[in-house]
Amino acid sequence: MGVLLDIKDLRTEFETSAGIVQAVGGISYTVNEGETVAIVGESGCGKSVGAMSILRLIPDPPGKIVGGSINFDGKDLLSLSDSEIREIRGRDITMVFQEPMTSLNPVLTVEKQLTETMMHHLGVTLDEARNRAVEILELVGISDAERRLKQYPHHFSGGMRQRVMIAMSLMCKPKLIIADEPTTALDVTIQAQILELMKGLSKKLGVALIVITHNLGVVARYADRVNVMYAGKIIESGTAEDIYHNPKHPYTIGLLKSVPRLDLPRTERLVPIPKQPPDLTRLDGGCAFRPRCSFATQKCKNAIPSLEPINDGHHAACWHKDKVGNEVRKVS
Amino acid sequence: MSSKTLNKNSSADSTPLIEIRDLKKYFHVNEGAIVQKKVAEVKAIDGVSFDIRKGETLGLVGESGCGKTTTGRCILRLEQPSAGQIIYDGVDMATANPKELSLLRQRIQVIFQDPFSSLNPRMKIGQIIAEPMAVHGIEPDPAKRDERVSELLTVCGLSPKMADRYPHEMSGGQRQRVGIARALSLNPEFIVCDEAVSALDVSIQAQVINLLEDLREEFNLTYLFIAHDLSVVRHICNRVAVMYLGNMVELADCDELFENPLHPYTEALLSAVPIPDPTIEKTREHRVIEGEVPSPMNPPSGCVFHTRCPKAVESCKKDKPKFREIRPNHWVACSEI
Repeated sequence: MGVLLDIKDLRTEFETSAGIVQAVGGISYTVNEGETVAIVGESGCGKSVGAMSILRLIPDPPGKIVGGSINFDGKDLLSLSDSEIREIRGRDITMVFQEPMTSLNPVLTVEKQLTETMMHHLGVTLDEARNRAVEILELVGISDAERRLKQYPHHFSGGMRQRVMIAMSLMCKPKLIIADEPTTALDVTIQAQILELMKGLSKKLGVALIVITHNLGVVARYADRVNVMYAGKIIESGTAEDIYHNPKHPYTIGLLKSVPRLDLPRTERLVPIPKQPPDLTRLDGGCAFRPRCSFATQKCKNAIPSLEPINDGHHAACWHKDKVGNEVRKVS
Repeated sequence: MSSKTLNKNSSADSTPLIEIRDLKKYFHVNEGAIVQKKVAEVKAIDGVSFDIRKGETLGLVGESGCGKTTTGRCILRLEQPSAGQIIYDGVDMATANPKELSLLRQRIQVIFQDPFSSLNPRMKIGQIIAEPMAVHGIEPDPAKRDERVSELLTVCGLSPKMADRYPHEMSGGQRQRVGIARALSLNPEFIVCDEAVSALDVSIQAQVINLLEDLREEFNLTYLFIAHDLSVVRHICNRVAVMYLGNMVELADCDELFENPLHPYTEALLSAVPIPDPTIEKTREHRVIEGEVPSPMNPPSGCVFHTRCPKAVESCKKDKPKFREIRPNHWVACSEI
């Protein structure tokens, strides 16, 4: 499997009245062909901005990609002209958004929305595009596709709309789908349906997936690799097994401990991460997690730790990662 | 397991605080710009009966549109029930007059889901917390009222200095703490927590859950905990009720419900909850239930779940199953059990 997407030191900033917000502060990761990579983190950690930056969907002003490179399939996305990046959006790289209610156009039929991208990118006729649309709708589990094509988004339920979104993202046979919280707005039984569908399709069609989520449970089953973000940086990355069974960053450990789990005996108290996430306009030259971290020392204040390898493919950005790992083993 | 953990389940005090009997809430769907004509009815709650016991945390779970929030709002009388009784301390809330209601409402409070829209952006935090006292004419002395506000902020883990701030200066977790402080200002005995932690990030969510548990101990509170996150519900609740399409399908002690679910819908809900462990997840059998929740405007006949139920038989289409006590304290509405 070759590397499909290679992001190096990506930096995205927003200018606000309170100062410059470094939403993404230098992240690097790769996505291989056909692989599912998860980006996990809490609100404001930069996970969505990082993904939007791949397709250059950051509104400028106030946002700006200020550094780094994004190499996709041999092209540097950041140096393409506007018309060149438009050719990639919706064809080679597509997106599935969180809110199926607001990301479909309410005044256009599903047919129009499905066929539009395909006719634009591949120059096919409406009939050809319509045939493909029927085929794809059936693939994503919408029966009676011919009839449903003529309907408007409000005729569909939330789960069905998300299926339409997925169908839309598949129309031009993309190489990479970016799914930004694809199941957050859905109920748990529908969430399970959609996740199974996406994983099945990506396997069947060989599409790579980037799944952005705040829910650690969602990605455990589906992700090959996981990147955990905090305050605009990737603080730990590795296979799902590395992250869940052998976490090395205190934040990852904190996240895992603060969710009650259905498969474990009930505990008396949850172990939350103390205090609040940092203000992104006031980051200093130290580790951003330091104020909430029980391992923090003077060293953490003086310098930002970079992602260092723990073993093959497992990286963590913590000065005390060896100590942290041992502590966890003692506790469990 | 410590004795305290065990306590979460024992319903030592089973005196009901609130008795809900055959509660119904139908919303009318109207059509026409000037002359409104009723064209349909949404059966948001279609006859539920249960007790909320003194000192317990009763979880109310289900998917969107199942009627769990409407049930909470009916208990608060923010909605006028279409039929049924809500008996609180001998008074039927459903038919109580404004004076009785005002007295009861000092004892019943609510914490809303969205900490952004449930606080008035033009009021200072101190005013927000003091407002219930002003409304009910409690603590007219401003100095004492300020003192009470400081006390409440401290109890909820905020600095008393925050009283002079505005909601937009606070994070989501802090705002939710303000919402909790406001709910506590009248010393209530019962609080409806309507998705009170759903909008929070997990690290903050755990802080607020711990706070709610501490307050329950300290002030002998009773909670109706409405939520869709089953792992949170299992953590915090003593008993759990599951709703589907306006009906209650199962009600049992928390551990009993999670270890021994009887209703096919409860089973499906539990198996759909992802577990944050790749080894378990990759081997776990997912019983994904087909289809979606039918429209409450036109609910299925018989058992409302029969259209998606893996165990449905012919009779489920005709006969509505009775909500019955199968084992002590374990109620279920399914004819196949």
